[in-house]
Amino acid sequence: MSLSISLAINGQPLDVALDDPRVTLLDLLRERLFLTGTKKGCDRGQCGACTVLVDGRRINSCLALAASLDRAEITTIEGLAEGETLHPVQAAFIAHDGFQCGYCTPGQIMSAVGLILEGHAGDDPERVRELMSGNICRCAAYKGITEAVLEAQKAIADKSGAEQNRRDAA
Amino acid sequence: MNRFDYVRPASVAEAVAAGSEPGSAFLGAGTNLLDLMKVGVARPGRVIDVTRLPGLDRIEWLPDGGVRIGAMVRNSDLAYDERFSRSFPAVAEALLSGASAQLRNAATVGGNLMQHTRCAYFHDLASACNRRVPGSGCDALEGENRLHAVLGWSEHCIATHPSDFCVPLVALDAVVEVEGPHGAREIAIDRLHALPGATPEQETALAPGELIVALRLPADAAAFSRNARYLKLRERTSYAFAVVSAAAMLEVEGGTILRARVALGGVAAKPWRAPEAEAALEGAAPTAQAFAKAAGLALAEAQPSGDNAFKIELARRIVARALTLASEGTPAAMPALPASPFSTKIGANHVA
Repeated sequence: MSLSISLAINGQPLDVALDDPRVTLLDLLRERLFLTGTKKGCDRGQCGACTVLVDGRRINSCLALAASLDRAEITTIEGLAEGETLHPVQAAFIAHDGFQCGYCTPGQIMSAVGLILEGHAGDDPERVRELMSGNICRCAAYKGITEAVLEAQKAIADKSGAEQNRRDAA
Repeated sequence: MNRFDYVRPASVAEAVAAGSEPGSAFLGAGTNLLDLMKVGVARPGRVIDVTRLPGLDRIEWLPDGGVRIGAMVRNSDLAYDERFSRSFPAVAEALLSGASAQLRNAATVGGNLMQHTRCAYFHDLASACNRRVPGSGCDALEGENRLHAVLGWSEHCIATHPSDFCVPLVALDAVVEVEGPHGAREIAIDRLHALPGATPEQETALAPGELIVALRLPADAAAFSRNARYLKLRERTSYAFAVVSAAAMLEVEGGTILRARVALGGVAAKPWRAPEAEAALEGAAPTAQAFAKAAGLALAEAQPSGDNAFKIELARRIVARALTLASEGTPAAMPALPASPFSTKIGANHVA
């Protein structure tokens, strides 16, 4: 049985022929497309290491069948930076030591990008911690992660505010 | 994971026809089904993907003020829907206390209702489990059972239903709309999930091929919106199933409780409505004594099924606490830690 699906991965359209419907989005990314930035931690939806954005929403890629995501837009950690310029969330994780071993970090960063897009945390660190609880960090870098999410959110808001001002002035 | 055929029907009728074949399973987001398939607890020969079925992803407000929620609406979309959370705040709070942000973005309303127990023995193929293999026994009875049921259990099964969402739903008389091989029917959510009795493998009232297409909340469920809470005690602050939980809703006028709704989670194989507690509250003043009496009535029949007698007292306290907080009023904004008994002040750090 062969299934053909179309995806956009980090902006690149891609037709994928699946010889087996059991392939999860995580295994498709890592084993067939060699986008190994997305990590496999528990493979059970409990740790968040596999977090990616599907149509702009963060999900656990280990618990999603690739076949079910036909025509979806996928964003992975490889799709965040623009050339050598880091995404504000990536830069903030470095600035605040939001990691130690780094294994959970791609999932933490994708989850933070999703959290900021969702816009429910405000500037409240408690809400950030609650809304990041699906990402486990074995090294317990949680303090830096929370600071990084808040700073990145502010940087993104400031940047979009500045762009809005430029448009208004023009 | 076993091999399976993947089927993506174009209509509910096609889905029902495909789902009626033996060995078929409906796939929503897959957050529970795929997990069970990975460990071999679920081994469907055919997976029927219902996520693309037309018309199942809508929240529709009915002329009488009730709401009809399509079975494929995602948990987070429902919880953050402004009108929904304003009308049914305890339901939104329950949704936001469940799982993680990633899982809530994926998990569907229908899938939440149909999720299986998290009993470790159900998930472990090497263990005896009557729910998974009828007649094989129950290793939970003599095993790690401190989180198991204290109400409605039998010697055949002591598992609990893990949903938070279903707890306020059962308190609010939600109705499940089902399409099946013999047409459409409606099931009161209190009758959707079965107690184990001698047949724990029969988890729900659904017949083979029957598909949940929508969930309805009646208009009068919104009458509790000013005094509604869901509280959930967990073994860690967030991203954990309930040890015990309670939904409490009151309609108060002139210092008297006109109507009350009480339901518990984490205590039985189904979301547990407590009608005796509700009856005792109606006509009473919203006092600590009235709440303690109601909590006692809600757990009157409770029996430990193992090392879990502590859950009975915890459940009493979470009911009384939920009623107390409900009587103080629904918070103006969703608490930073939804449903947490430790979240006493919005924005406050519970460990501070």
